[in-house]
Amino acid sequence: MELNPIIVKIVYASIVVVVIMTLCAYAVLAERKISSWIQGRVGPNRTALPIIGGIPIIGPFLTRLGIFQPLPDGLKFLFKEDVVPAHVNKFYFIMAPVLSLVPALTTVAVVPFGQFVTEAGEVIPLVLANVNVGLLFLFAISSLGVYGVVLAGWSSNSKYPFLGGIRASAQMISYELAMGVSVLPVLMWVNAPGREGTMNLFDIAQAQNGFWFAMWMPVSAIIFLVCLFAETNRLPFDMAESETELVSGFHTEYSSFKFGLFFVGEYAHMIIGSCVFTLLFLGGWNPLPFVTLETLGMDKGILGAALSVGIFLGKMCAMMFFFMWIRWTLPRFRYDQVMRLGWSTLLPLSIANLVAYALIIFYLDTGL
Amino acid sequence: MEKLYLPEIARGLSTTFRRIWEKPVTLEYPEQRPTIPEGYRGVPTLVKDPEGREKCVSCQLCEFVCPPKAIRITPGEIPEDSDYVHVEKAPKEFDIDMLRCIYCGMCQEVCPEEAIWLQNQFSMSGYTRKEMVNNKEKLYELGGTLPDEHFKWKKKKEAAKKGDGHH
Repeated sequence: MELNPIIVKIVYASIVVVVIMTLCAYAVLAERKISSWIQGRVGPNRTALPIIGGIPIIGPFLTRLGIFQPLPDGLKFLFKEDVVPAHVNKFYFIMAPVLSLVPALTTVAVVPFGQFVTEAGEVIPLVLANVNVGLLFLFAISSLGVYGVVLAGWSSNSKYPFLGGIRASAQMISYELAMGVSVLPVLMWVNAPGREGTMNLFDIAQAQNGFWFAMWMPVSAIIFLVCLFAETNRLPFDMAESETELVSGFHTEYSSFKFGLFFVGEYAHMIIGSCVFTLLFLGGWNPLPFVTLETLGMDKGILGAALSVGIFLGKMCAMMFFFMWIRWTLPRFRYDQVMRLGWSTLLPLSIANLVAYALIIFYLDTGL
Repeated sequence: MEKLYLPEIARGLSTTFRRIWEKPVTLEYPEQRPTIPEGYRGVPTLVKDPEGREKCVSCQLCEFVCPPKAIRITPGEIPEDSDYVHVEKAPKEFDIDMLRCIYCGMCQEVCPEEAIWLQNQFSMSGYTRKEMVNNKEKLYELGGTLPDEHFKWKKKKEAAKKGDGHH
């Protein structure tokens, strides 16, 4: 039976979106739990579902872990009173949260989650849209996410959100540059003369069957990581939110489900960012440097596919943990420090890095 | 090197990572209660002596000293057929308005009979104003019995029997 390819794609897309949304919900839980552990607290440990929570041993254990917490968290966002202040620009005010979430979910389309190797040895990427401009598409769309923040800050028509919006846009402009320049060495290496040119994230991940790029391009990786923190508005770069100065920044005037969208959007951005960092620098679904699933002989069929997805998601979760770990360790930068770091440290450093790798790759390719 | 931030960030990360494995320092309140230190000033209560006699003689000193005027006492006589008729007086009603009480402990300090004590209970709550006023029964229920070394009124009674006004 042949299914309509459009329907198949829609089914795949919904599965991926559902998975990402679930991951977002549990990322919120993980954030709360990790923050509480780091701060010597217990964290959410009360919410129990009637039946599952009643199972002896497992029920109380899951309850203590707060496994059921995301459900009431989500319900709270749905059922709280949704206040739209009288002084806002209603159209943009309502559009802003949507605009901050949609790009994050759109970029998922080009992010490969693993590989499927048929018995014949043909490698099929597990990705919604296997487009050749993958990385460019991703950068282009994910930068749109800041429009949500800027629009929210502007349409709220109130001083703190406005400042938050201004900061978000300034920060985005400053760090986007360094971020783009820092991945160029990776692309130069992947697109070395004699190879087929590509910007496909799947091919970039596949190219790391030897060294992972984080190992032999550590400066690129660090710059990219720092910029990723800035782009996702996470501490120590959450200038747009900055509770201590700006109440809560761009979403001060938001409540209920609109705030929920911002909230989920932030975590969706983090998840996509973690995915991209894993793909670009941490070897995608290769279990260890110089060890691929193929060398282990476990790459074939469904099992191999599941294994590759598992490894990829494992690395992504590790990155998410790193995001949260950093958040509860470092204090926030001052606004001028953020600007100085972006323009006078990261940008020159990434350009120097680019030149250095251009020379290295040139000599490696021409055989010196 | 310090301007590079990264080594210090790594140090900070290792500190917080070690912190994750340590025991939480918080109490899970309703189940785990804090240990109350001695001499704690909790909710004021009325106490009985080991024989079950209510110690308050309704002298109204506490009512008088109470800075926020939280205490209201209606004095009453002790009935003739009681063993303690020589004590003469006991409170008919004794109300402490916990919405007014400031837990200063002056009532306990001023009480000549050691009948009012600020004990361990630290959380009072209710849905109405009326619920927050502790009446006599409630106060005795909260207070319970405290040990007594003197049994002052017993000695007085015995001294009176011997015909000696002072003991």
